[in-house]
Formats: sequence, C-alpha cells, structure tokens
Amino acid sequence: MSDKLKSNVPEGELADKWVNYRGTMPLVAPNNKRRIEIIVVGTGLAGAAAAATLGELGYNVKCFTFHDSPRRAHSVAAQGGINAAKNYQNDGDSVYRLFYDTIKGGDYRARESNVHRLAEVSRDIIDQCVAQGVPFAREYGGLLANRSFGGVQVQRTFYARGQTGQQLLIGAYSALSRQINRGSVKMYNRHEMLDLVLVDGKARGIITRNLLNGKIESHAAHSVVLATGGYGNVFYLSTNAMNSNVSAAWRAHKKGAYFANPCYTQIHPTCIPVSGEYQSKLTLMSESLRNDGRVWVPKKKEDCKKDPTTIPEEDRDYYLERIYPAFGNLVPRDVASRAAKYVTDEGRGVGATGLAVYLDFASAIERYGKSEAIAKGMINPSAAKIKEMGEAAVKERYGNLFHMYEKITDENPYKTPMKIFPAVHYTMGGIWVDYNLQTTIPGCFALGEANFSDHGANRLGASALMQGLADGYFVIPYTIGTFLSKEIRTPKIASDLPEFKKAEEAVTSRINQLLNVGGNQSVESFHRRLGRIMWDYCGMSRNAEGLAKARTMIQELRKEFYSDVFVPGTNEEYNPELEKALRVADFLELGELMVCDALDRNESCGGHFREEYQEEGGEAKRNDNDYMYVAAWEYLNGPDWELHKENLKYENIEVKTRSYK
Amino acid sequence: MAEKTINITLKVWREGGKYGSGKFETYPLKDIGTDMSFLEMFDVLNEELVSKKEMPVAFEHDCREGICGTCSMVIDGQPHGPMKGTTTCQLHMRSFKDGATITVEPFRAKAFPVIRDLVVDRSSFDAIIQAGGYISVNTGQAQDANSIPIEKETSEKAFDAATCIGCGACVAACPNSAAMLFTSAKVSHLGTMPQGKVEADKRVQAMVNQMDKEGFGMCSNVKACEAECPKEISVENIAIMNRAYMSSVLGSDKEA
Repeated sequence: MSDKLKSNVPEGELADKWVNYRGTMPLVAPNNKRRIEIIVVGTGLAGAAAAATLGELGYNVKCFTFHDSPRRAHSVAAQGGINAAKNYQNDGDSVYRLFYDTIKGGDYRARESNVHRLAEVSRDIIDQCVAQGVPFAREYGGLLANRSFGGVQVQRTFYARGQTGQQLLIGAYSALSRQINRGSVKMYNRHEMLDLVLVDGKARGIITRNLLNGKIESHAAHSVVLATGGYGNVFYLSTNAMNSNVSAAWRAHKKGAYFANPCYTQIHPTCIPVSGEYQSKLTLMSESLRNDGRVWVPKKKEDCKKDPTTIPEEDRDYYLERIYPAFGNLVPRDVASRAAKYVTDEGRGVGATGLAVYLDFASAIERYGKSEAIAKGMINPSAAKIKEMGEAAVKERYGNLFHMYEKITDENPYKTPMKIFPAVHYTMGGIWVDYNLQTTIPGCFALGEANFSDHGANRLGASALMQGLADGYFVIPYTIGTFLSKEIRTPKIASDLPEFKKAEEAVTSRINQLLNVGGNQSVESFHRRLGRIMWDYCGMSRNAEGLAKARTMIQELRKEFYSDVFVPGTNEEYNPELEKALRVADFLELGELMVCDALDRNESCGGHFREEYQEEGGEAKRNDNDYMYVAAWEYLNGPDWELHKENLKYENIEVKTRSYK
Repeated sequence: MAEKTINITLKVWREGGKYGSGKFETYPLKDIGTDMSFLEMFDVLNEELVSKKEMPVAFEHDCREGICGTCSMVIDGQPHGPMKGTTTCQLHMRSFKDGATITVEPFRAKAFPVIRDLVVDRSSFDAIIQAGGYISVNTGQAQDANSIPIEKETSEKAFDAATCIGCGACVAACPNSAAMLFTSAKVSHLGTMPQGKVEADKRVQAMVNQMDKEGFGMCSNVKACEAECPKEISVENIAIMNRAYMSSVLGSDKEA
C-alpha cells in the first residue's frame, strides 16, 4: 500500500470507532474558528450541508456554485428517498443491518469503517431534516412513513412524494441561506472552479471563472472542501443534469488527489428509454416504483410489438420474480439492469427500438383498489370501481412520477405499462479519501458523490442522499478539525501569492487554447461521440478487447478535439459554449482513466461487469483474492496514471457471493 | 414511436453581445420531431448556429426533469409555454402545430434583469429566502424526528407549498411583477408546520420586507401566477401570507 493511501481508520471495535474518535479528536476552539477560512465548492446536499454547518460552527466559509442559485444543484432531482436505520417500522432494522446491506449491496468493495459511520449518523439526518421543516410523508397518526428500496428487506426509506431530493435540498439550502444572512458564509453564484491551488503542498484555494463576465479570480482559504458531485455525464446521455461535470474533481486529481475506482458506474434500471438522435438527457423513473411495479417482457419474441395489455398473463415473463424470488422486483440496481440487458439481448425487448422492458402497475392498481374497497366496507364493488380506487391509491404514492412519464412519452401509465430501460445514473467512484474525508492532498476534502468512499461497486437506492447529508452535516464538521487544528497559527492565506498567479495564468492559457482552435466541430458533437464510446465499451458490460480499443479511440478523439473544436465568442462574456468546452476537455481525460481502471479490474463486481468473468447464468464473478482493493490512481503527465492499492479488510461481515435469489 | 415531424418558425429575443439592448431574431426550423422537448429543439437550433460560427441562443437549463427551476422562457406570452403545470424543459413539440410561429422571450421583471438573450438574474429570490425563509435550527440540535407528530393533512398542505422550484414564472406572469406566490409559498410551507411556527411572525415580516426591497410589485389579485405556476401552487398561500403578515404586525409588539 502506498504511504499516501493511509486510510486513518481509528482503532477499536467497529461500532465504537466513530463515537470514540469523535470524543478524542483534536478540535479547533471557537476563537480560532473565527480566524480560519474554508472554501466549499458545490451546493448540493453535501456542499450546502457542509457550508451551513461549518458556518454555524463559526468558521468563515466561502461557498461556490456554477448555478445561478445554490438551490439548483442536481441533488434536487433525486426522487425516491433517503435511508435511515430508525427502525420506526419495528421490522428488525438496525445500524448493523444498514451497514450490512450497504456493504453487501456494494459487492464487498467499500470500506467497512466509513459505511458503519454512515449507518450510525443516518438516524441524526432524519431528525435534522424534520427540524428544518422537510415535509416527509406521514401516516394518519402523524408519524413518519417508510417504504422499501432495492437490495433491502426492511422498510427504512423516508420519502417526500417522488421529490425527496428537492425537499432535502431545500432544507440544506435554507440552512445555508440562514448562514449567508448571518454573514458566516459568503456565497458565490455563477462561479465555476477551474483549478485547485496548492501552497507548500497543502490545498489553499481555488481559481474560478465568473460565468457572467469571464473574470478569472483567485480565492484563498486554509482548506478546500469539494462537494461537486459525480461524473456520469462522461457518457453524454445520463440522468445527470446537463451541467453536471467532473471538472472540479478532475482539477484536484491533476494536482495530486488520487482518483479511486473510476470504472464503478451505476446504470439505473428504470429510466425512460431513448427516443431519438437529438436526445439530450435521460430521465429516471424512481426505483420506488419497483415497490409496486412488476417488470416483464413477453415470453415470445413475436409478441414484442403487440399492445402489452392484450398479452395474456401466461405469455409474460416476469423475469426478476422468476430468477430472484427472494427479492423479486426489488433486487439491487446492477442486478436489475443486467437482467434487462439479457432479455433485450435475447430479442425480447419492447418499444420502437427493442431497447425497453415493461414496468407494469396493473396488479398494484387491483391490489390497492381491493384493499380500499374492504376499508370502505363496499360489498361486491365493480371491476371499474376497484380500478378507479386503485389508480387513486397509486397516484397518491407516485403521482408526480406518472405525470412526468406521461409528459415525456405521451402515454398514460395508469392504462398501459411503462417502458423503461437502464441508463447511467450515478458514479460510485470518485476522489479517494481517508476516514476523515481528506484526499491525498492535505487540506483538500471531498464529500458526497464526488468521493468514492461508501458505496463500493454498487450503490443501493436511497443511499446517495443519506451519504451526501451524512458527510455534510455530521462528518466533515468534525473531521476537518484534524487538519485545521494544526493550522491555527497559519495567518490568513493571501490570494496574491505566486502560486495563485501561476494557476490563474494556466487557466487563462487553457481557455485561450480552446478559443483559438477555430475548428469546425461543435463541443456537443465531441461530447456525444465520447459518450458513445463510453457506453459501447465501458457501459453495462465490458471486455478487455473493447476496453483497449476504447482507450485508443478516446486518445484519438481528444487529439481531434484540440485540433478541430469550434468554440464561439470570447472569454469575457456569458459564454455557455466555452463552459461546456472546458468540461468536455476534462471528460476526455477522465474517460481514458475509467477505461484503464475497468481494464485493470479483471473481475466482475457490482456495476463493473467484465464479460470474461461471470458465473453460469450471467451473475457477476468476483475475484476476492486478487481484487479486494480500492484502485486509487495517481495522475502522471501524458496523461497517464499510476495505480495505488488500498487493500480492503472485512472483519465484521462475512464476505460471500452476493445472492438475491 | 413512429416519429412525426413539424416545421416551425421561431422568433427569439436576443440581447447582449452584437444584439446590444435586444431585438427579435427569426429562425425557421424544419423537421422537428414531435417527441423532442422544447429545449432539445433549442439544442438543434444552437447546433445549427454553431455550425455557422454564430453565437448560440443563451438560455438557462439544467436538470431537464422539471425540478431544478433553472429553465425560464416566456413562450407565446406564457411563462413555460402553453401546457399547464409544466416547465419549459418538460414541454414537448407535440404541443405545437405544424407551421406554427413561436415567440420566445425571457422572463421579464424589474427584479429579474436580463443577462443575455433568454437568461435573467433571479438572485432576488435567494435574497428573499436569506432574509428569513428557514427554521433556525443548527445541525445537531434536533430532537427525535417522531417526537413532532404532524397531522397528515397539515403535512400535505405544507408539502403543496414546498414544491415551489423557485423558477420565477409567477413573477413573469404577473402584470405587476409581484413575487407574492413565491414568497407566500415559503411562508406557508414553514408556517403551517409546528417546527416553523416559533419564528412565523419574524419570518413573514423579514421576507415581505425583503421582497419589497428587491423591487417586486404589489399583488392585485390577478392570479396569473397560479395559472402559470409549473407546480400549480395555489394563490391561497398569498391569503395565508397576508393574514400572517397582518397578524404579525397588529397582534404583536414586534416591529414591521
């Protein structure tokens, strides 16, 4: 193990580590906090929660987003819910069970201690959010309601209709707004981080571009916290927002932060299928729908173009229920996506392109309708009445999702099954961090989807919101003290140090380079081509030959980009094409690293499926002897990378083959 | 899906750069698929403009799922276009007829200055929230979540107000450019829940005062805000806010 990769996991029993560590770690006294500055980049759940909490504690926080308002961060779009080991349903949930499910769901590729801490603080998150006024779903008795998500046999997911992310983000945004009002956080909207600045080997600031006028600015602080989300947009088509990008994380990587497990990508099984060439993004249909929706395809190929409502029960293949009776439609995302791939590969996919499967609510509508009828004491209700009441019950649970589906596809999912297909949704990989969430650059921390730490090779549903808020509200406010307690004698960092000037010049020359190519192809067209390569060779399934080919293709595409891209306008104006060009330039490097990582990992685990390594029946075949490590990549010029390994140890959980059968 | 296509003429407001203080520019577009979203249609137009080495039309957008509140266009006189309860990003070309001329402008209001083409500055909304649109609870201070039972109906009502995405369509729709629906949705969301009642008086005063300071107009009960709100937030919230404001001024010794 490289000496930079010290995980700094505290000693002691797993269940006591965090509590003991928290009670003994070095702190920064209130009078010193007032003199210390922290930069937080990103205002999603992790970033807004961190900025607000650090502000509450008395630090001077400068918070940055490229959006016009912190409330727009893509956490806002999370639909289904947030997990917490509250055991309010009395169904046997516990901190250990949430820990266990998360490690197993991640296919034994996450760090035990981090995941256990996540499970511990999950309970505090719900308390905090309710106190902020987040209107979680409630039972008639006034207490909080729960539902189930994939890979789990308890009901521990708290939700706010199909817009949980929005409500949690508004909670974090309001906490952040309060600190902005108090003056403890200074907010910089429409500022994009374009580089990380190191002084004497420590992260001491960032270079930003003001998106309104192109002004390149230096911002200095004692420490830099990155909460800049994932890199799913490397695939061009994903459920990420249009502006989600890897640039902040990538710039930190190029300055010395190792990038971990970049090939771990989550392909979400339930998204609205691609409908045309012009498609700009894909839309998720929440996993919560699999609580009540049944996934199927026709048994016979010739039925695939038929109206699904005319296909009789006996001719339908409810393949998830058939293959995985224990978990049925609620298997984890990687398993469900792969199964959808297999049935469509067999030619049993539906829809115009044959790249879709059905998600059917007919039996849920009937079940809810009947139970409503009983509740209302109706004797012999008509089938139409049952349907009507059942549709109302389904609407109450998933109304906004059904509404969205209908708007996009022009089909009514109450009457005909939804058509869904897997799409890129989340990236488990990210910047390598230790137990303190510190990267390999001292003073630089990474939170939320931007880091790699908690989800292993596959993230379970409703765990991203949990991790973002855990990192932001309950982890970084403490662990940042391990670095800052040694900085109390460091005076305010000046933003006119030569290191900043040099970084500003480098950013300016990068911008000029892009503006001066003066080629003939749009940034968008390069992004689309990169996405195609990534999806074809580094998507739902990968093999050595394809990956090697993809690496060359990406290198060639990058060369072509720098010789033939066209970026209109100038730096000194509002110029979205230039913003995009800077982001795509970074994706063109990241893509190559993802391919290298996928090629290095000669096994299948979670979201990483190598065709050469599969069990009979197509299940992923892990290789624990050789690959039970975190692959942390160090950037070398070229670009090229050197692999460092953090070996994973499982002392509190038995490592076995994941089975959902 | 057998793809249908239409031909349209776009009249788009361009402002800034070579367009200076602004004018409409006309763009004919052929063979636009009806399954395309309105913003994807703009993507097609912008690709065309870039291929001609021209500056594309600047417009704001992000999630394209109707939840982030970034997109902001007035389409044929209506913020977010003709479809009820729908943001621009969720509007599809099937809502338009073959041969249609579609006029697209930015959200217009004194408190939303135009930045470029269809992009406006809505930071005045952030300022209203920063003035008091929160519950003052520090991280770690909260009691167990289930120790505050809330009647399901109350919670649902708060939720209906909380669904506001902060897009500003209400302001763009209002002849007075009032931000009453936006502000009242937050006042009502927090004031309806027991957690938010503690600071309710202070909150409503701070937010209303900030709203006035930002240069938004007064409410004259036109209710265009409700009609155009992509989240269909009710004007009842405005009544709730007015009542809360009055009682906070008259019924307490706190200053307005």
